[in-house]
Amino acid sequence: METIRACVVVVAAMVAAPAWAERPADFLQRFEAEARGADAAFSASAERGRNWFESRHGRDWSCSTCHTKDPAVSGRHEVTGKSIDPMAPGINAERLRSARQVSKWFRRNCRDVLGRECSAAEKADVVAWLIAAAPSTGDGQ
Amino acid sequence: MKAATALLALSLAAVASAMASGGGQRDDDERGRAAALDPTYVEECGACHVAYPPELLSRDSWTAVVGQLGRHFGVDASLDTALAAEINAYLQAQAGVYATDDSEGQPLLRITETDWFRHAHRPGEDGLYRGVFDSEAVRSPSNCGACHLGAARGRYGEDEIRIP
Ligand code: HEC
Ligand code: HEC
Ligand code: HEC
Repeated sequence: METIRACVVVVAAMVAAPAWAERPADFLQRFEAEARGADAAFSASAERGRNWFESRHGRDWSCSTCHTKDPAVSGRHEVTGKSIDPMAPGINAERLRSARQVSKWFRRNCRDVLGRECSAAEKADVVAWLIAAAPSTGDGQ
Repeated sequence: MKAATALLALSLAAVASAMASGGGQRDDDERGRAAALDPTYVEECGACHVAYPPELLSRDSWTAVVGQLGRHFGVDASLDTALAAEINAYLQAQAGVYATDDSEGQPLLRITETDWFRHAHRPGEDGLYRGVFDSEAVRSPSNCGACHLGAARGRYGEDEIRIP
């Protein structure tokens, strides 16, 4: 009886869990597929993503200026000083969960850092790096 | 204009002291809820800095701020037009009643450039010193949350100030 009750609780929790519209891996797949439209041989690389994330692209900032080089730790907005939660979905369960948030922030931050929007290949690499950078909670794969 | 500034300061002081008065945890929660900022406003305008109190700028100032989010103080804060309109409607309804213009009569884009802000935050006032806004821990006068511990929830009462 106790076991059954425990199971019911677990199942209820599992049913309640997918409050998230999307999983981090969905974004990797989506950007990778989009990048293959331009280059059929494209395959996302976390290592390339890491380098790109840490590099400046002709302007004052890199992504790591606000997000730090370590996606597992909190960052700080370069201008306002406000703290920014960690970027790795394995550490911060709210990351890479909403298509609206992801596209809004890529659009804004890429314009600030590169002066243009990012390509699908660049986004695929960054997402691969953020997922690889910290151990996953298990449900993001 | 001077009178308006004084009145604005007074009404804010009233808000601040209303928030600071009273005692228990329960009261505190209730006040927090009463003063709650709109969740959409907090989500969209509270990511890079705290969501600023709408009553600290005039309607004209908010219209000017929301009208140029693509070039917002050196960063891109662009929003789709429907959401920008929704947020502006909220800001218009909550805006301060006194003008926040510069000496040319153009609406200011910054709370921190208003006479009220400068006066309330002048050096010597309650532990504020010259250069405090440039210190590493504060970095900018716009970083309200560095000193006002309840700023993210729109709370600026005296009991929640700590200068880092
Ligand atoms: C000037 C500071 C700054 C820079 C530079 C910056 N970001 Fe951000 N980024 C932010 C802020 C602020 C947020 C939103 C706050 C939050 O979600 O905690 C954010 C959020 C994001 C998100 C949303 C993730 C999610 O699912 O919640 C992504 C993706 C992102 N940034 C990618 C980048 C990339 C890629 C770069 C480099 C091209 C970059 N950022 C550069 C400040 C910055
Ligand atoms: C992408 C990041 C970002 C977003 C999103 C954002 N802002 Fe800002 N905002 C900034 C930066 C950077 C500054 C300049 C801060 C400084 O000088 O320290 C600023 C400053 C301001 C100021 C002036 C603060 C002062 O000095 O008095 C106002 C008012 C303001 N923002 C309103 C808004 C509103 C309203 C929204 C939502 C529609 C918004 N912001 C969204 C980045 C952002
Ligand atoms: C360096 C620390 C610091 C920063 C940053 C700061 N404040 Fe303050 N603020 C103070 C102190 C100290 C007081 C108390 C001054 C006094 O005795 O009136 C105060 C007072 C206030 C009051 C009450 C004034 C009154 O008339 O009763 C308000 C409202 C307020 N601040 C809003 C803001 C807002 C909004 C921001 C960001 C745009 C901000 N502050 C940034 C330290 C700070």
